Amino acid sequence: MFYRETGQFKSSYAADMQIFPIRQDRIALWVVLALAFIGIPLLNAFHIWPFGSEYMLRAILIPFLILSLAAIGLNILTGYCGQLSLGSGAFMAIGAYSAYKFATGVHLPFGLFDLSIPPLPMLPSILLGALMSAVVGILFGIPSLRIKGLYLAVATLAAQFFFDWVFIRVKWFTNYNSSGSVSAPDLNFFGFVVNAPIERYLLCLVFVAIFALLAKNLVRGNIGRQWMATRDMDIAAELMGIRPLYAKLSAFAISSFIMGVAGALWAFVYLGAWEPLAFSIDRSFQILFMVIIGGLGSILGSFLGAAFILVLPILLDQVPHALGVPISVETVSLLVFIITGALICWLLIVEPRGFARLWLTGKEKLRLWPYPY
Amino acid sequence: MIAFGQFLEVLVSGLLAGVLYSLVALGFVLIFKASGVFNFAQGAMVLLAGLALVRSLDFMVGKGLPFWAAIVIALLFAAVVMAITAWMVERFVLGPLINQDGLTLFMSTIGVTFMIEGGAQMLFGSDVYPLRLFPSDAWFLFESSFPGGILVSKIDVWGGMIAAVLVVGLALFFQKTKTGRALRAVADDHAAAQSVGISLNWIWFIVWLVAGLVALVAATVWGTKLGVQFSITFLALKALPVLIIGGFTSVPGAIVGGLIVGAGEKLAEAYLGPFIGGGIEYWFAYVLALAVLMARPQGLFGERIIERI
Amino acid sequence: MRAPDGPPVTAGDVLLSIDNVSLSFGGVKAVSGVSFDIRKGEIRAIIGPNGAGKTSMLNIINGFYHPQEGVITFKGEARSRMRPHDAADGGIARTFQNVALFRGMTALDNIMAGRTLKMRRNMFWQMLRVGPALAEEVEHRHRVEEIIDFLKIQEIRRTPVSRLPYGLQKRVELGRALAMEPELLLLDEPMAGMNIEEKEDMSRFILDVNDHYGTTIALIEHDMGVVMDLSDRVVVLDHGIKIADGTPNEVKSNQAVIDAYLGVAH
Repeated sequence: MFYRETGQFKSSYAADMQIFPIRQDRIALWVVLALAFIGIPLLNAFHIWPFGSEYMLRAILIPFLILSLAAIGLNILTGYCGQLSLGSGAFMAIGAYSAYKFATGVHLPFGLFDLSIPPLPMLPSILLGALMSAVVGILFGIPSLRIKGLYLAVATLAAQFFFDWVFIRVKWFTNYNSSGSVSAPDLNFFGFVVNAPIERYLLCLVFVAIFALLAKNLVRGNIGRQWMATRDMDIAAELMGIRPLYAKLSAFAISSFIMGVAGALWAFVYLGAWEPLAFSIDRSFQILFMVIIGGLGSILGSFLGAAFILVLPILLDQVPHALGVPISVETVSLLVFIITGALICWLLIVEPRGFARLWLTGKEKLRLWPYPY
Repeated sequence: MIAFGQFLEVLVSGLLAGVLYSLVALGFVLIFKASGVFNFAQGAMVLLAGLALVRSLDFMVGKGLPFWAAIVIALLFAAVVMAITAWMVERFVLGPLINQDGLTLFMSTIGVTFMIEGGAQMLFGSDVYPLRLFPSDAWFLFESSFPGGILVSKIDVWGGMIAAVLVVGLALFFQKTKTGRALRAVADDHAAAQSVGISLNWIWFIVWLVAGLVALVAATVWGTKLGVQFSITFLALKALPVLIIGGFTSVPGAIVGGLIVGAGEKLAEAYLGPFIGGGIEYWFAYVLALAVLMARPQGLFGERIIERI
Repeated sequence: MRAPDGPPVTAGDVLLSIDNVSLSFGGVKAVSGVSFDIRKGEIRAIIGPNGAGKTSMLNIINGFYHPQEGVITFKGEARSRMRPHDAADGGIARTFQNVALFRGMTALDNIMAGRTLKMRRNMFWQMLRVGPALAEEVEHRHRVEEIIDFLKIQEIRRTPVSRLPYGLQKRVELGRALAMEPELLLLDEPMAGMNIEEKEDMSRFILDVNDHYGTTIALIEHDMGVVMDLSDRVVVLDHGIKIADGTPNEVKSNQAVIDAYLGVAH
């Protein structure tokens, strides 16, 4: 009744090609953005539930934003281009450690080719770190030109285990810190030091909003169609002049770049001080699950999946607690395993495109409501 | 002579450790051959089988049963657990996913992995449980030729023998029995196999059951060596590079791949490790697999695929 | 690569010629010593019993298979093998025997994907999607909408192709090939599995493409009625060997062709 595009005529293809061609959707998006950029900071400033507490920002919103970004990165590679990756953690780690090196100064004593870069400001450090991640992504993407599917998954596992090892063993990356853990430098952006939780939240929000828009533009443009064509029918795509080399490696590059940014944010903004374990294979699986549950091939799905995976353990912990039957931490973590696993199987059976597709189906129904025919 | 003795010792221990990888890889190959499903859950199944075995064994020994009787009952109990698992996986996950593409099936087995890992630990506990089925001391061989001899762990030798028996048994099962032939038919073409009256659901149940029993065997050996614990699933992940190297469809490939990975990583650790910081074992198998993929994507023993359109 | 400032090609000039081409897989000969040509502007049919090597022939022409022997001359340039990308770039488009659409995409996106080679803006422009990048996207959308109108598939634009019935999928696939603005269009059994009305529609589209755009067409088809009505010349393959070549009428009365189709007493 309220959600209907009747009467909204498009007079140009540009108008027809907007992200949200239906006016109600556009309004909803602006409301969400206004809430995120203005509403939450205001609620936080005046200590109004539920956004008044630091817990909400630190433990839920900030990780939600950063992991959504990582999920967008993986979704480009796996959801849009069809290349399964189990190495997301590694690409996040490369982004984080490279950004750390750029921010604290790079010094490579290679004899004649002595390379020294003075410490860079925060923003270029993060972007250069992500660029490193993109370069490594391309390197590990090269096997994808010869192999497919499961075989590629093993190649990305190689990246995961190799870089786990590199960041533990090669002390250069941790600036020879004896404990192996690393503390993030000051989050100084153009003279403004980001510190309070609400500032950290807004910083993440800016990054996520920008990269989500850029990613959305890519997937609905020419390169996005090349990715999806490669995913759906690679041989036909090649016979139409889509170069597999360009399509696959660009997906690897863009995907790793975004995951690199997410990794740097995860380390610098969320964790503050971190160890290599923060980017282990568990992280890779967590992000893969976000993508599968949220929806392969959907930017919106990346957000939905991240929200679900983050909220599930909190719900399992809090709800029984509130009901007076608290569950032990260990049981909660095992339950999370079981529920996530079962949900993945269930979604693959009934709706392989995840929550995002369920959401779309719901909207279709709403358009016709209350007269379904 | 000391150097050569050391080399031999490393090589032998590597080869025998490789047998353990082969044991898990075998389970992967079985399911892949017979259903085209790349079963990520094989490692989780080793954990489940191991936990079921060790917990029921401890329980019955605690009740005062003689050890041999307790072992027999525990093995039977674990086998039943694996059968129930196979039935549930077939009934609730793979059955409804019939005719989906390989990637979807693979992702569904990742889901199964997490369900099994969570469920197994919730039912049987999540500590480290020592298992003593095989002697865990060592022999010292060729003490006359090499000072100190070559150390060979008995449990590794047991593992090797069990793997050999298993391979022969599986080969006979695949080649000689009616069910074995049906399995191969299903692997070639689901629809065609159905059309000649082979029940896919039954075949898939059988395959997962056999893979579950192979997991049980692997669990007895691994459990004795390391204790039954969650980290077994990570070691089981190494079966993936083993398969890449050996080829996904080849039983001998799984064995040879396991031996190559086992020997390779031990030798690399011993001779390269000191120069680049140790812990190479952690990634060596994967990087080796990557190299094989670039050179020979179908693996050493796999069948070459001709693409059609 | 191409010679845009060479002499203008007039109708009837040879667009593509196959000289003595052989292809085998392992020991199996799929095509042996076949020669024929395709002239600019004509509809050329390739027929033959199952397993005659027809699809292999198309695969050779657009570079998916590489023949062991022989020369392929396309637009005056001789080469021993095509590469898929060169073939597409040079203006060869095709449809497939078993529809090979991009199943996860809408009909519109499938056809837009056919414009890939014509779109020049790089990734960074696409990422921003402003100014020239947006203009380019809109321009190509216009061209695609023309094709959608031509094929009368306006109402299924936004439908994921996996949900379309077979006949419409074939039509979308034709649209995707047309979006490449090909000089040579290869159609592999465009009417397989269609009923009479659908076949008539498809025949009309094929003739219209040939008329309107002057596209040269090579098609494989089993329905002899369709072949005889549509094509200007027919080449007949059997067991990878060319057994006849000529106008539909010549081929129809050729003894070797009759034997191949009906079988001969040995």
